[in-house]
Amino acid sequence: MKKLPEWHRIRIIDNPVIRQALVIAGIIYLFWSMSSLDIDWVRVGKGFPRAANILAHMFPPDFSRWQLLLRGTIESVQMALAASFFGMILAIPVGICGATNLAPKPIYLAARAVIILSRTFHEIIIAIFFVKIFGFGPVAGVLTLTVASTSFISKMLAEDIENMPSGQLEAVRATGAGFFQFLNYCISPQALPRYLGVSIYRLDANIRHSTVVGIVGAGGIGQVLAASFSRYDYDFSMAILLTIMSLVFLGEFFSNWVRSQLR
Amino acid sequence: MSIILKITDLTKTYPTGTKALEGVSFTVDKPQVVAIIGPSGAGKSTLIRCINRLVEASSGEVLLGNTDILSLNSRQLRRARRQMGMIFQEYNLVERLTVMENLLSGRLGYVGFWTSYRRKFSKKDFADAFELLERVGLSGYQNTRADALSGGERQRVGISRALMQQPDLLLVDEPTASLDPKTSRQIMRLIVELAHERGMPALVNIHDVGLAQAFCDRIIGLTAGKIVFDGSTRQITEQVLTDIYGEEDWSSTIRKIEEENEVGAE
Ligand SMILES: Nc1ncnc2c1ncn2[C@@H]1O[C@H](COP(=O)(O)OP(=O)(O)O)[C@@H](O)[C@H]1O
Ligand SMILES: [Mg+2]
Repeated sequence: MKKLPEWHRIRIIDNPVIRQALVIAGIIYLFWSMSSLDIDWVRVGKGFPRAANILAHMFPPDFSRWQLLLRGTIESVQMALAASFFGMILAIPVGICGATNLAPKPIYLAARAVIILSRTFHEIIIAIFFVKIFGFGPVAGVLTLTVASTSFISKMLAEDIENMPSGQLEAVRATGAGFFQFLNYCISPQALPRYLGVSIYRLDANIRHSTVVGIVGAGGIGQVLAASFSRYDYDFSMAILLTIMSLVFLGEFFSNWVRSQLR
Repeated sequence: MSIILKITDLTKTYPTGTKALEGVSFTVDKPQVVAIIGPSGAGKSTLIRCINRLVEASSGEVLLGNTDILSLNSRQLRRARRQMGMIFQEYNLVERLTVMENLLSGRLGYVGFWTSYRRKFSKKDFADAFELLERVGLSGYQNTRADALSGGERQRVGISRALMQQPDLLLVDEPTASLDPKTSRQIMRLIVELAHERGMPALVNIHDVGLAQAFCDRIIGLTAGKIVFDGSTRQITEQVLTDIYGEEDWSSTIRKIEEENEVGAE
């Protein structure tokens, strides 16, 4: 039979020895990490009936303490609203200072540092910090969400301003406009719709996050939820979870509707 | 005649090392329309941006009337800028503002922040604005948003905004380069007529030699940052054009005519 030309498939790693060594190393590492994590399979096994038990206790959900539920919900929504409002206000100067095409270099760098620093830590960590300082309750929650909202909205605003065509900025500057006139006649009309859209989106996110920061004691319905879990009131927990779900759905719906109205 | 604009030994080297202008000097001493022609990259845009300091010149002197533009602080520069109306290739209107607000932005150098914030400009400013809209053929467009206009209409608004400043000098950067040939001629005619009507000198960057010859009083030829021709429109000859554009740039001129034909066919 005639000898055929050589052919081969393309592998990510060509050398077969290295390839197989890597696979074996991976498997060994997996086993080692399992054993070092000390997973207690007996306990994992016991978890399933316990989960079934909790689930059984969750139904039917108990709405009898609806006043507590309502108070927590209103507190969460108010936390979200307040934080979004403060975030919107603070984001304007931070966003303007964080745009390369508006701010001088040192101010730009300072503003960017503020934005990056406030994004470094997850809300939960910031919330724990504020709870330590201001104690349990919504003040810590509002502050936490304000920090997160400010950095989010200002980052979006700064990027939006940086993406504006330079010609429009030049044209308004060339008329002899002062800085605040320039903001009012050029930056604000162009950036406003997106700024509002981002803020509404952030309000929606704040409603979701307000339920989370409550768990570390920063107020709102999350705090009520954490308390109910620790008292094994699973039917009440279920009522709270359902409430949070409908709250988040409503928030999402509202935010989408408002953003569709902006252009 | 008193000197309106005197430029002496102007140079500009960009931070990238590009020498955009190398010792440019000329004087405008009567209200004439001066075309600045030259190949792409010759430094035309840099030249007129150095006059109102959208670009900071490296050295040289710019005198507007008696004002030494390059030595002004930022406050004085604002006052000087309102005397110079600028018109752009890309119109550069603020798109989400109405036509009227775009015109009024030409008055920003003359009023305080609160006046402009509340749109409480003087009756004369509004009267001037409506008169200009009529003059440029946009009566009734005052409440239209700028992003709803066609290219030619936008440029008319751009012209009106510059004239709202009641400037002593018009700086015009490629006003027709984004327009079809017919609209280009209409826009050039409008700019030149308005400049003559108001006794206002204008510097017009334009790479289209035909338009420059048809409408302008004087032509300055710029090549690689240096002035290689400065004379009346009648003095333009083929030799002068070769001096300005050189050998390799004729191909781009030919391509431009093809583009025009395409636009015209639409
Ligand atoms: N902001 C800038 N930074 C660096 N180089 C620039 C800048 N603007 C223009 N240039 C360069 O300067 C030269 C002149 O540009 P320009 O004034 O725009 O010419 P023209 O308007 O005649 O086409 C070109 O080589 C261009 O690449
Ligand atoms: Mg140019």
